[in-house]
Amino acid sequence: MWQKYSSRLPASCNKQTISEPNRKMIKFFLMVNKQGQTRLSRYYEHVEIHKRTMLEAEVIKNCLSRSREQCSFIEYKDFKLVYRQYAALFIVVGINETENEMAVYELIHNFVEVLDRYFSRVSELDIMFNLDRVHIILDEMVLNGCIVETNKNRILAPLFVLDKMAES
Amino acid sequence: MSDVVERTLSALPGLLGQHDPGAGPGGGPGRFSATSRLGSLIRSITALSSKHEEEKLIQQEQTNLKATVSAPTTTLRLMKECMVRLIYCEMLGYESSFGYIHAIKLAQQGNLLEKRVGYLAVSLFLHENHELLLLLVNTVVKDLQSTNLVEVCMALTVVSQIFPREMIPAVLPLIEDKLQHSKEIIRRKAVQALYKFYLIAPNQVQHIHDKFRKALCDRDVGVMAASLHIYLQMIKKNASGYKDLTESFVTILKQVVGGKLPIDFNYHSVPAPWLQIQLLRILGLLGKDDPRTSELMYDVLDESLRRAEINHNITYAILFECVQTIYTICPKSDLLEKAAKCIGKFVLSPKINLKYLGLKALTYVIQQDPNLALQHQMTIIECLDHPDPIIKRETLELLYRITNGQNVTVIVQKMLDYLRQSKEEYTIINLTGKIAELTMNAVFSVGGDVMHPDIPNNFLRLLAEGFDDEKEDEQLRLYAVQSYLSLLEEEDTFYPQKFLQVMSWVLGEYSYLTNDGDPEIIITRLHRLLKQTFVTSETKAWIMTAITKMSSRMSCSKTVDKLIQEFSTSLDTCMRQYAFELKHLCENKELMKKLLPLDASCDEIMVDASLSFLDGFVAEGLRCGAAPYKPHHQRQEEKLSQEKGDMSSSGFTGRQSPAGLSLGSDMSGNSAEIGQKETNCLKLDGVRKLWGKEGYLPKKENKTGKEDKTQPVPPDSILMGHVVDPPLMQSEQQVVSLSEEEKEKKQLASTLFVGLGSNSSISLMGRADTINQKLKKKSKISETQNSEEASSFQNIATLPFSPLPDTAPNNKENFQGNEHLGLRKVSLSSSEVLEASVSFDTSQSLREAGLDEKLSNCRLSTSSLFADSNIEVFQPPKTVPDIVARKAPLSLCLPEELAGHPHSEIVELCSCDILTVYSCKVWTDDCSLLVLFVANNSTSPLKTVNLVFETTEHFKIFESLSCHFPVIEAQSMESCQKCVQLEKVCTEGILSGSISYHLDMDTHLEFSLIFSLSDFIRPMKITTEDFGRLWLSFSNDVKQNIKMSPSQGSLSIALNALKQKLKLHIVEIIGNEGIAACQLLPSIPCLLHCRTHARTLALWFRSSCSALPDSLLYQCQKMMEES
Repeated sequence: MWQKYSSRLPASCNKQTISEPNRKMIKFFLMVNKQGQTRLSRYYEHVEIHKRTMLEAEVIKNCLSRSREQCSFIEYKDFKLVYRQYAALFIVVGINETENEMAVYELIHNFVEVLDRYFSRVSELDIMFNLDRVHIILDEMVLNGCIVETNKNRILAPLFVLDKMAES
Repeated sequence: MSDVVERTLSALPGLLGQHDPGAGPGGGPGRFSATSRLGSLIRSITALSSKHEEEKLIQQEQTNLKATVSAPTTTLRLMKECMVRLIYCEMLGYESSFGYIHAIKLAQQGNLLEKRVGYLAVSLFLHENHELLLLLVNTVVKDLQSTNLVEVCMALTVVSQIFPREMIPAVLPLIEDKLQHSKEIIRRKAVQALYKFYLIAPNQVQHIHDKFRKALCDRDVGVMAASLHIYLQMIKKNASGYKDLTESFVTILKQVVGGKLPIDFNYHSVPAPWLQIQLLRILGLLGKDDPRTSELMYDVLDESLRRAEINHNITYAILFECVQTIYTICPKSDLLEKAAKCIGKFVLSPKINLKYLGLKALTYVIQQDPNLALQHQMTIIECLDHPDPIIKRETLELLYRITNGQNVTVIVQKMLDYLRQSKEEYTIINLTGKIAELTMNAVFSVGGDVMHPDIPNNFLRLLAEGFDDEKEDEQLRLYAVQSYLSLLEEEDTFYPQKFLQVMSWVLGEYSYLTNDGDPEIIITRLHRLLKQTFVTSETKAWIMTAITKMSSRMSCSKTVDKLIQEFSTSLDTCMRQYAFELKHLCENKELMKKLLPLDASCDEIMVDASLSFLDGFVAEGLRCGAAPYKPHHQRQEEKLSQEKGDMSSSGFTGRQSPAGLSLGSDMSGNSAEIGQKETNCLKLDGVRKLWGKEGYLPKKENKTGKEDKTQPVPPDSILMGHVVDPPLMQSEQQVVSLSEEEKEKKQLASTLFVGLGSNSSISLMGRADTINQKLKKKSKISETQNSEEASSFQNIATLPFSPLPDTAPNNKENFQGNEHLGLRKVSLSSSEVLEASVSFDTSQSLREAGLDEKLSNCRLSTSSLFADSNIEVFQPPKTVPDIVARKAPLSLCLPEELAGHPHSEIVELCSCDILTVYSCKVWTDDCSLLVLFVANNSTSPLKTVNLVFETTEHFKIFESLSCHFPVIEAQSMESCQKCVQLEKVCTEGILSGSISYHLDMDTHLEFSLIFSLSDFIRPMKITTEDFGRLWLSFSNDVKQNIKMSPSQGSLSIALNALKQKLKLHIVEIIGNEGIAACQLLPSIPCLLHCRTHARTLALWFRSSCSALPDSLLYQCQKMMEES
């Protein structure tokens, strides 16, 4: 029995995990609808596939349990969730404790505004039928867990080029 | 905008059936092309109703996909679609690894969009260390060299998402080249890729640091912004290396804040907010503990605070970051003041997200400025009982930071209350850890020896057995070690014995966790303790055990040698024995390591079940160790232990001493294995034994290992049971004795915030320097007295915020009363407006006919607000403003150009001694105007009066949200008017705002008023033909049958009633059918068709706006019910 414990990580390893800073400010970006179906998921830290579904179910459960009078930030495990609801669709972003909740809250809205511009009035179906494009848009905005671009013209420019080329 | 999104999204279910065949944006595939395989997959997914169905569907899909992707005939175009379907499968949680290789192939062979999707799939499917990733490298290298910029972009994007570390050298030169590219997007993405490399292999990009600088100075904002991510990381690691860049960052921020960026970087007219936030973070890191660097950024921080005045979430985000930076860098008083004000605004805000942000900011700054907590103590108390558990928890976090010896019991109690309600495991673990931290230091140091002996035992068990989260445990332990070390740094301080015992156990067990603590130093400190006269022999035994444990981890130590020498001749037999054991152990390091493994305090104890060896041992022991096969030293030990057989107070005998036994057994030639097991068991046993006193451990020596292993008690119940209860009862009694809730809160405040503030600050958390004072041993009584004294002192010091009923002078009471009065008035007036707006024209105060008549519903009861009697009700006669309040309305009148329009009565919005705000709604044909009057009641002129509305989702206020009066002369009045528009349809909404002015000090008054839908409805004069045409063009309709009361009689009576209240235009009435039209300002039409049948009225609304018919119908129903 005690061998089980002695096979634990050596102390030096533990130390490393403590000092290792949690660099990914944004851990994941989810779009989940009220029924709990994931419409888009992007993880900026590796999470195993079966753990993702569990996490997503937990996340949406947490979001649904909150009323409009409650704040849009949830402390969840060792990170925070920032969520925003658009009709039946929740956009939930997992962030670490150093990220600014309100900035992420508005990032979500900026993202929706970009989608709105691209699809000219976006709907859940737009997102489903153009999952690849939505991902491309998101990749322009958030990379590696960092907010890299918020200028709408610049976010959409690469995609517009791709669309144009596909057309010709 | 969001409204639009919301509406279109809500229309989804209807859309599902009718897929729009129109072309997608940019000429891509059809927007919802239902015919494709992807289309049918999506349709099936939306139709899913159970997990089982989903499994079946996806398995089927995967089978199909497997066949398709491996078929040689599959075109790239089809492959692209397959990838999206695969993404769906994985997104739903079904691993589809068969497709990974095809994703890489698609990235390799595909053409632009196909290639992009290939790369996308790769970045979604694979993780950093996936072996297939190596196959991508060639494609990336090829694309980086491509002449097609789009391909270069894609390659750079994927590199910055996912790239094998060992292949960095293959692409690094190519990416470095891109830093000089003429296109900004390429340069920007190259910097992003380098950021990725910096994260995964910082050494590999060390040589290009000067290129980062170039990127920082790039003429393009995007490239510069991308480089900031790298700088943030580098500065986090080593701030001193980048101080010379401070000025650059300041200049950049100045330019951003000053609006020098291209307009498309604005978000809701705030220039590049996320960029500002990033810069503020960097400045915070640079200015920390560095007065000279901090100096450089004061100006720009001040400007940022000033510029972020628009009421929008994004400016709050900037302000929050600004406040954090201001409190991180070297302090500057006027900035701190502004930041504090900002925090105050957040905390007091009715917006819940803002309140959260305020609490978070307050938590951050509270250690530097505990006075801020005092200022907001009532808000904090309210937040403690907030219905939102997240707010509650954030408040607890805040309290945790301000815990000191005097308020610890109350705060821990609050935490426990929360714990009882909380269900989420992680929260419980986290909070329990904090409670443990708080209690261990505060309770141990104050409570000292009078504590129940179980408390330290249980605490140590908590620490040792830990929670489920390894990391959390480590941190708690590390924290404990560090805090104890700093405590021991002080020489000649007296600590309770129990506390010393806990300290030495923790240090012995976990001191290896600290990086900085040289074990030699720790041992020296412990050694010093050993020589103190006040340390009892029991405690000394603990200390010796700790030293033994620690010395097992170091090769040799002078202190240990010295110690052994010193104590081998000690008169204390116990100590002598320990020294002896230690000496032998030191000679056999190998054994020592086995004996005392790291972090093994929880290891399951193995007891040789047969006890054969032990039986012999016991028997020998009973025979006074005379057996010939025993080594000499062991016999001697046993003799020693007999000599001091009556030393029961120390709770152990020589035979039970952990090391001695092990040594003996090992040397006695018994099997080494058993010996080891024994020693493991007994080592712990020995330690445990020391925790207890009389009767805690059974007398039978060798079985204790087993019996001692009692069920671990859940940590929270331990704490509730022993640590908190007695003081809790005390505080409960205090609270109960005061009847009113307000008083309770104040009482709570005084207990919570005791010891905060300027001189009495003795925070326990992380403040080794002040710990001295706190550790003076006090009897419980004197301690309570002290804290009571302190609390009353505190209350006097901060009177305006927390007048205790018994200590506060009368006038302060009045002040408090006034505030409440103000609040009540506001709510009163608004609720009256609300009532008035739904009740029908019974008012005598109607002055104008026509439209005015319909609109005057708001003025009804408000006139009475200024009548003496009404004021009397809420205001004690002595208080100041009533005289003024009576006078003021006399001079109130609308500007001439507005007086002709229908308007509401002028009502008081809010008031204080100094000023009063009145409001009046004016309904012109094309807008709703809100006229505000600000009256200066005082005898001196008021300067810089600012009136600011808060942004709400429902209303839009034109021109600007604020109104500024440079000066308002004494006893005079200023007015301003704002055009209000309904932004999001609702039946009723609250518009709130605040007014602030400066007179001696800054004062802030909040107000709110209600607007209802009818404020924004105007008749729409159209003909029957127009009506018919419009009717057909609208798609949003609502139908409802309403019962009519006999008094409502015919259709025309009902319709006329509606016309007056809802401001409809009746287009035509034919028999039992009628049509009417109105518009929501500025010009959203809504049509009504109604028909009477028997006693029901069938209403049918149609509009171009989806929410409008619903809301109007609601109003109609309400009116019909009331009349």
